[in-house]
Amino acid sequence: MIKVLLFAHLQETIGESELNVELTGQTVEQIKARLETQYPGVSLQQVMAAVNEEFATDETIVNDGDTLAFIPPISGG
Amino acid sequence: MMNTPLFEIVDQAINIEEVKEKVVSRNAGAITLFIGTVRELTKGKKTLHLEYQAYPAMAIKMLEQISKEMQERWPDVKVAISHRVGRLEITDIAVVIAVSSPHRKVAYEANEYAIDRIKQIVPIWKKEFWEDGTEWIGDQLENIPYPKGAPAKEDNLHD
Repeated sequence: MIKVLLFAHLQETIGESELNVELTGQTVEQIKARLETQYPGVSLQQVMAAVNEEFATDETIVNDGDTLAFIPPISGG
Repeated sequence: MMNTPLFEIVDQAINIEEVKEKVVSRNAGAITLFIGTVRELTKGKKTLHLEYQAYPAMAIKMLEQISKEMQERWPDVKVAISHRVGRLEITDIAVVIAVSSPHRKVAYEANEYAIDRIKQIVPIWKKEFWEDGTEWIGDQLENIPYPKGAPAKEDNLHD
């Protein structure tokens, strides 16, 4: 089980701030593809990912117990 | 002495004096304060209010990383940063950055470095409530996407 965190427009489009998904051992890219299939209209192409609070790449493998956060373009400050 | 953390995400008004106090040092000859406030007009469009959302745990980590980067460049600086989240009105303070340094020039430079990096790597999002009713969340730098899969450490900084 991995915990997926959603923010900003992703949170509003999907309607959840957190998802629990059974996609362990897959890459960020594979998980993105699965979620895009599951939630039509959601695009994760321009969205960064963080695994356990560190920026990750599309190739990063997400393991059981990890927290995967999708980070849309940020606008703080 | 206070023992509040140097880097904070808060949902209440930021006390500027408190942030400044965190960087006070007998070695400092200068403290620069950056105060980011909510602007009413952006490219002629009127904002009624806005909301900031953060991924707090990661935001704190990234603020600590920025501090580490600053220590590498300017070993004698001290930095404290508070960023507010939730609903903010026009003129409200969204972020306060305090930097102390033995000398003035570095205090200015390091402070600008901090706000530039915040806009690159700290997971905080702004939602605008425009006068015409539309809402917008996005990238205010308008220079995304990040080319190498992660925000670059040195790219896109003002010099």
